[in-house]
Amino acid sequence: MTPRAVRLALVIGAVLLLEALSRLGAIDRFAMLPPSEIVWHLGRILLSAQYWPAIAKTLGNVASACAAAVVAGVVLGALIHRWRGLRETLDPLFAAYYAIPVYAFYPLFIVVFGLGDLPQVLIGFMLGLVAVIVNTLNGLDRVPRVLTKTARIHRLNALSAAIRISLPCAAPYIFTGIKLAVAYSFIGVIGAELIMARTGLGYEIGYAYNNFDNTVMYPLIVLVLAIAASVNAVFHRWEKKMLARRRA
Amino acid sequence: MSPGIHRAGNALVLVAGLLAAWQALFWQVGANALAPPLETVRFAAELIASPAFRPHAGETALAFAIALFFAVSLGFLIGFTLGASRFAAEVGEPILVGLYSIPKLTLYPIVLLAFGIGLPAKIAFGTMHGIVPIALFTMGAIRNLNPVYLKTARVQRMSRVQAARRVLLPAALPEIFTGVRIGFSLTLIGTLLGEMFAAQRGLGYLLMTAIGVHNIRMIMALTLILVCVAVTVSAVLLAIDRRLHARA
Repeated sequence: MTPRAVRLALVIGAVLLLEALSRLGAIDRFAMLPPSEIVWHLGRILLSAQYWPAIAKTLGNVASACAAAVVAGVVLGALIHRWRGLRETLDPLFAAYYAIPVYAFYPLFIVVFGLGDLPQVLIGFMLGLVAVIVNTLNGLDRVPRVLTKTARIHRLNALSAAIRISLPCAAPYIFTGIKLAVAYSFIGVIGAELIMARTGLGYEIGYAYNNFDNTVMYPLIVLVLAIAASVNAVFHRWEKKMLARRRA
Repeated sequence: MSPGIHRAGNALVLVAGLLAAWQALFWQVGANALAPPLETVRFAAELIASPAFRPHAGETALAFAIALFFAVSLGFLIGFTLGASRFAAEVGEPILVGLYSIPKLTLYPIVLLAFGIGLPAKIAFGTMHGIVPIALFTMGAIRNLNPVYLKTARVQRMSRVQAARRVLLPAALPEIFTGVRIGFSLTLIGTLLGEMFAAQRGLGYLLMTAIGVHNIRMIMALTLILVCVAVTVSAVLLAIDRRLHARA
């Protein structure tokens, strides 16, 4: 059997096990619904249009946070790479960054920007930004000397050397940063919505939880996980294609 | 200048820069959104000295320590098992990467329903966040070992346990430690998030309450304390990490 088949079998087995346990009553219905019912309710929710605005809002905010983090992260990464002193100064911050509870800044953002979309986008952006910067730096470190010399021989200025040579060469590493930014944007936006928001998937999940409404909570959780996993899978495939072309 | 002094100087510049940015931001947004650095430090000192603070800090420390223990031991076990066999690694890696990228925060209602409000839920939440990177790094470390080491162990007629203890572990230690360093940050943030949503004690709970009643001074002081602890421990771990990698 291929690894892929085994993996599929493992996942299906786990879902079937959950189904059996909850049908047999080993898992309380109050605690969790059987997977088949979750899927059924998810279908009902997606058809009813009631949650479409929340879904659209969350996905839009995740996309803005992620796009901003990627653009700003690559630009800042390229700039920081040029200044050795700045980089050495910032390195300890980057190393400790992900131990900082970014959500603590959320109330500050709400006070400054109001209870709109911006505070949530900002949280997602802040979480994703450093991952992109660190991976961009990592990739730029590995650009072969020959290529930078070639750029100098062709008298490219710093900007076109970055755009034409060093950034494309660092692309696989930057891609790792982008994948992390996608994951972090989801985490940031949905986490912020859970803490304080007026709409959005995170808000709806928290609301359903507080009302013990498992028929809404579990389908929405599964929806979030499914969207995040599929986006990730798309990027994974894209990355593989890129690496394969590079090796050829 | 020795690298140690150089690094300390950089850290000083970074701290001074951040404090200046903080003060400037305070002048910009006002006392409604932000407390100034000096006042925050004073309030944080008062907070740490107050008897009401100690049980919360102790509870967080306990939950974090247990979560870290589980994350490191289970993560190591999973990583070692998967890394030892090429097939298992190919099956397991995408699952681990997938688990790493899903927004685990959305799972908090499930954790709560499974463990109830209190210490076990926080521990579970912290472990969930930290376990995957440790497993991934351990697996990578074992898989990327130089095959010569294994052959040498075989030539020396070491038993499997001996080979694992004397050859595999020391050789893979630097990479595994990097995983533990990253797992440390994530376990801390996971434990705090668990406390924010699923607890009635602990620093995360204090933070969430402060967010709820918009107690700016409290939010800032708690964030400052958490950031200082996280950055200090991260710096120590990073130094050990560098030393391990330099030796290898």
